[in-house]
Amino acid sequence: MSLLQLDVLLLIEKLVLIVIIVLASLGIALYTTFAERKVAAILQDRPGPERAGPLGLLQPFADGLKLIMKEEIIPSHSNKGLFILGPALAMIAALMTCAVIPWSSSLELFGRKIDLQIADINIGILYVFGVVSLGVYGIMIGGWASNNKFSLMAALRGASQAISYELAMGLSLIAVLMLGGSLSLKTLVEQQMAPGSLWNIAYQPLGFLIFFVCALAECNRTPFDLPEAESELNFGYHQEYSSMKLGFYLFSEYVNMIMSSAVMACLFFGGYDIPFLDETTLSPNLAAVLGVLCLLTKIVIFLFVFMWIRWTIPRFRYDQLMNLGWKKMIPLALFNMLLTGVLILMKQEGTWQTILHLFKK
Amino acid sequence: MLAEKADRKNSNMQALTNRSKAVSRKPLSFWESLYLPAILKGMLITFRHIFTKNPTIRYPEQQRPFSPVFRGLHVLNRDEQGRERCTACGLCAVACPAEAITMEAAERLPGEENQYREEKYAAKYEINMLRCIFCGLCEEACPKDAIYLSETFAPANFTRKGFIYGKEDLLIPNPLTEPEAFAKAKGAKTTV
Repeated sequence: MSLLQLDVLLLIEKLVLIVIIVLASLGIALYTTFAERKVAAILQDRPGPERAGPLGLLQPFADGLKLIMKEEIIPSHSNKGLFILGPALAMIAALMTCAVIPWSSSLELFGRKIDLQIADINIGILYVFGVVSLGVYGIMIGGWASNNKFSLMAALRGASQAISYELAMGLSLIAVLMLGGSLSLKTLVEQQMAPGSLWNIAYQPLGFLIFFVCALAECNRTPFDLPEAESELNFGYHQEYSSMKLGFYLFSEYVNMIMSSAVMACLFFGGYDIPFLDETTLSPNLAAVLGVLCLLTKIVIFLFVFMWIRWTIPRFRYDQLMNLGWKKMIPLALFNMLLTGVLILMKQEGTWQTILHLFKK
Repeated sequence: MLAEKADRKNSNMQALTNRSKAVSRKPLSFWESLYLPAILKGMLITFRHIFTKNPTIRYPEQQRPFSPVFRGLHVLNRDEQGRERCTACGLCAVACPAEAITMEAAERLPGEENQYREEKYAAKYEINMLRCIFCGLCEEACPKDAIYLSETFAPANFTRKGFIYGKEDLLIPNPLTEPEAFAKAKGAKTTV
């Protein structure tokens, strides 16, 4: 019976955490749009938006207000239900990822130990992958429901690109999981935090590179932004969208960026681990707060790299994209997996034993 | 074979300029097909731009000075005692190739000597800034140095009517009552 009892306090705690995390990621996404414009401006020797409020800090609100005030058009030949479902699905899928990201270790408040993670499920990273591939439906449904050739083509591009790169992403991830031996993000982070162990980037530089490139493709960021190629497909899958529905699509892209940065930080850069510092020497609350800040810093650095790449590199041609995905990324990821496996075996059983193992069967 | 064909074509045809460059269609080498070295090089280039000074002039607050020979918005001039110089002779309107200037003359009444320099003056003086081509011929035609082109331009407006500048828009401030505004409107022009 005690198993079925509802822990009200836990429920409240989780609800508060969900609200805080969703609002925080929306807030960060809001300012990521601003940062994108500012970074673009700085890289192009311009001042960028600076008129709305001090230093232009109110610019994202002005942009949002503009989108909300605009006329909302649903094309007469579109499938209305799906047309509305598209952006909603994109946004929901983007936000759902944040449920399994370990934002920090636990806080001790009011005599309770509060984990700063909404759900520490043991298949955390698989959940992320599942939800991310749901995001493709947002693009597919939106592009299809618009009843427009360009949108449909962009949606097809988006779907095939996402599927191709998800393969390589998953394969590069397997090597990391072989090292960690767990699918839970929290466990993976804690292993990297343990004294004497390095971050996964030290063991998996090639894996990280593949993962990063695939994350760019998954987020539809330059150089893989073919689904929204302005010059070829007018505007891509959200061509028929206006007002806040368009805003949702644009916004979900930024939320996706933040979430993939967070996942990369957790998998390869030690999550909320503070470099060159043993967290156990600090008080748990202080360590938790510093951990959140540290993870956020890592995310911000990744976001900057995302933007830096966007404003440097031109878009791939479609055949180049597919060639890179299938003929380079996947073999490379497989090789990385094999190499990791061999090295792990060598460490466990010694070099000679491993070689014998490999040739015996 | 295609390359051969292209070569023949090139040798027969004379290039129009000496700036044309042969495009290399070589397949990418292994190093190039990795993309990464070139990408890193490009990213270094953009990174360097973070530290360069940006050349933006934040317009309404900062303005670039015009050259002293700039031909901008017209100014109807006054003399040192603040009297209007224009006598409504109409030479500027005749000289104007765009027919942008119209005026109506009036006779100076007793007691207005401190307003108008001579017995005749322009009661109405209008320049249509949408027609004006800012050639400066009115300035050259004027025998009284009453009109010249200043170092500003006509600002944007919502209506066509807003571009027809009357005397109240064109007349320079009185040097006796508003010396600062006069100096500002006069600008760096020396030949007045």
